Amino acid sequence: MMNIELKVNGERRKLEVFPMARLLDVLREQLQLTGTKEGCGEGECGACTVILDGRIVNSCLVPVAQLNGSEIMTIEGVAGQDQLHAVQQSFIEHGGAQCGICTPGMVLAAVDLLQRNPQPTEDDIRTGLAGNLCRCTGYIKIFESVVRAYQK
Amino acid sequence: MANTHPIGKSFPRKEGRKKVTGQALYVDDLSFPEMLHGTTVRSPAARGRIKNISFEGDIPWDEFIIVTAKDIPGANYVALILTDQPFLAADFVNHPEEPVLLLAHRDKYLLEEARRNVAIEIEAQPAIFSLEDSLAKKEIIWGEDNVFKKFLVDKGNVDDAWSQADFIVEGEYETGAQEQLYIENNGAIAIANPNEGVTVWGSMQCPYYVHKALVKLFGLPEEKIRIIQTETGGGFGGKEEYPSLIAGHAALLAWKSGKPVKIIYDRAEDMVATTKRHPSRTRHKTAVKKDGKLLAMEIDFVIDGGAYCTLSPVVLSRGTIHAAGPYFCPNVRIHSRAVATNVPPHGAFRGFGAPQSIFAQERHMDKVAHAVGLSPEEFRRRNFIHEGQTTATSQVIRERVDMDQLLTRALQLCEYHSKREQFARENAAHNGRFAKKRGIGFATFMHGAGFTGSGEVFLQSVVSAEATAEGKVRVLAASTEIGQGTNTIFSQIAAETLGLDFDSIEIVQPDTGLVPNSGPTVASRTSMVVGKLVESAVMGLKQTLIGSGLLSPEYTEADFRRACADYLANFGSLKTSSTYQPPPNVHWDDEKYQGDAYGAYAWAVYVAEVSFDELTYEARVEDFVALQEVGRVLNPVLAAGQIEGGVAQAIGFALFENVVWKDGRMANNQMTNYIIPTPADIPPIRVYFEENPYAYGPGGAKGIGELPMDGPAPAILNALENATGISFTHVPLMPERLIEAFIE
Repeated sequence: MMNIELKVNGERRKLEVFPMARLLDVLREQLQLTGTKEGCGEGECGACTVILDGRIVNSCLVPVAQLNGSEIMTIEGVAGQDQLHAVQQSFIEHGGAQCGICTPGMVLAAVDLLQRNPQPTEDDIRTGLAGNLCRCTGYIKIFESVVRAYQK
Repeated sequence: MANTHPIGKSFPRKEGRKKVTGQALYVDDLSFPEMLHGTTVRSPAARGRIKNISFEGDIPWDEFIIVTAKDIPGANYVALILTDQPFLAADFVNHPEEPVLLLAHRDKYLLEEARRNVAIEIEAQPAIFSLEDSLAKKEIIWGEDNVFKKFLVDKGNVDDAWSQADFIVEGEYETGAQEQLYIENNGAIAIANPNEGVTVWGSMQCPYYVHKALVKLFGLPEEKIRIIQTETGGGFGGKEEYPSLIAGHAALLAWKSGKPVKIIYDRAEDMVATTKRHPSRTRHKTAVKKDGKLLAMEIDFVIDGGAYCTLSPVVLSRGTIHAAGPYFCPNVRIHSRAVATNVPPHGAFRGFGAPQSIFAQERHMDKVAHAVGLSPEEFRRRNFIHEGQTTATSQVIRERVDMDQLLTRALQLCEYHSKREQFARENAAHNGRFAKKRGIGFATFMHGAGFTGSGEVFLQSVVSAEATAEGKVRVLAASTEIGQGTNTIFSQIAAETLGLDFDSIEIVQPDTGLVPNSGPTVASRTSMVVGKLVESAVMGLKQTLIGSGLLSPEYTEADFRRACADYLANFGSLKTSSTYQPPPNVHWDDEKYQGDAYGAYAWAVYVAEVSFDELTYEARVEDFVALQEVGRVLNPVLAAGQIEGGVAQAIGFALFENVVWKDGRMANNQMTNYIIPTPADIPPIRVYFEENPYAYGPGGAKGIGELPMDGPAPAILNALENATGISFTHVPLMPERLIEAFIE
């Protein structure tokens, strides 16, 4: 076991962890942040996407040992105090979420994309979200949700 | 009365906020005090007798709860259609990965290590892995002849037709297995003991299927089994029948341990062990007159059901009825069989047999058109079914149907004719050089909504509604929200019927302890069939309030709230129920397989534009138009989302999704090497609706969910034939197959 300190959704957290524990499990089991989902456990589907020190990662592939001092944003930290993030609002209004299991990861990937590229082209959106799989929507409404979010 | 009409408007998803904020709770997000984790130890062999089970390694076995078939308190079969599938194999296994033994422990990491240290020794017996070997009876592995079910649809006189034909065209077509690949794996949590009975929380489509199976498994009265659906991360049929198994397994471990037990499959286990789309083989022999009119169709349709019967008879039924397409033909014979092989049982997957037989039909129509010397378009136009004509099951089409107009509009929307000319010109110019060739093709098809034939009558589905003291209306139905929009659609229907605000409607979480049996969430029946029951159940509330004198027929939302409060103060509760009544003049003969197969059909024309790279053998869909008539569209955004998602899955079915089999076991059971479409692979999917309200659907709606799975695969392969001149007959059409075709 080892001790680490993280900042999760703006809050400082001291944790005792197995060094090789997956960030995904630490978030879900130790911090009860169950909004981060496991879809495949091998970095293919993106359901476990979180933003780690400003970059999106698949939290199922990140051993927690390397995270001391890191800053993490999960889906629980995306909305503001009183209102949803524009991406979240747009996903609700434009059909970007269906069953919802890929949605936390997809929203974070979209938030990250718009932070780096506030006015992405359709190709940029496809590339920016290419690491996140959805089986319900066929992606069309997700692309539309991203476009509508930045047009706001 | 409230002046807004919710039906036809794109209300945002009812549970959308929970989903975009990560607050929606799926089964793996739940935890109970003292909860153990459970796992399944599975057969290493395809077929044989279980000789020995040994517990090896440096594992503290006395800490583990171990369940075998001997621990089952009731009957060891998964109650569905037949009783051939055990919850746990007792002494014989019939497919790889068949559940044999269950383990539970509080430490899930130690549990996984323990699982790997259980050795199951099987005395192997010969197994068969293909429908050809099953049909040839290379080994008899199920019943007397390996056949789970067969149907014969016989209309007119096919035998007499051949001699009068000007053309006879034959073809053979195949489709592969396909994994549903919901992003949330299967999972369940159970609490079970003799005093309180059994309660299961799980990811599922059909709580009452699980309920039925667990009543038998435990031999308990119905009220002692309670099944609760948790937020479900996709189903597509993959959570229609399979959840009975995992729920039963979790409950058996909970029963023995006296503690809550959670079983969550990881992706590899979910892919290797759970159901997939039935592989199929279809043979067509078609007689046509000189004028391009169909004279006779003889269709032989076979699906591979895997090791146990499960839902294969019903999958076969739907595939059989859809096999002859939206055409009028006076003489039709469809002979179909579902056969056994030693692979994990194949099961429900969106479309349920229809995508398989429609793939064959729509590829074959292009082939016949070519043989007859007509364009694919003209040949179909000469044969489309019209109002008053009969389908293969001799169902008289009584609704207005205009496939000609649908085809005209779809072809205009994608500039089919000019592209056909343009691509022919450009492809010819590229001849002899490596280039991207382009093509365009289409499929015309229909999909019946609801259970086949007398299925809905047997189901006798019920929906209830109750009013709260605050004047809200709660809808109680067993139909699950699995992403397709049940919560939102039911709220719109109830709000429209009562003239209330959308937010005044609450949808109760499906829980067999609370909601009546509204039938399973399958078969494109939720909006059309169960939605109609929602309409009549809430209508009952209104009529009761008006009948009691507490509400006048013309009322405002405030009046309604007041009336509910008054009624509850006077009478305690207000609850009404509605039971399924078939539309008039629907007749079905289960013996002859003739009659009104479905109450209503959705009609569609899908057009695919493709490119084919002669250097890399990559086939890509570049543009897609999906035009359909689905009755009234209840919620345009949700409806388009259904079509887009279905088309994407069907693009995968056509070009990407290849289950690699090795001795009856899926060898590529990872998302790394079983490829579903990603954001980078999807073409623009342009969705259009024609609206023709259906008299017996809520607000005029028909079924929609399965339809988009049917058309894309044949449309894409028809387009690829247009691009390459090669007629492909098999999906998935992987680059390897394309290479082979070009070498030949």
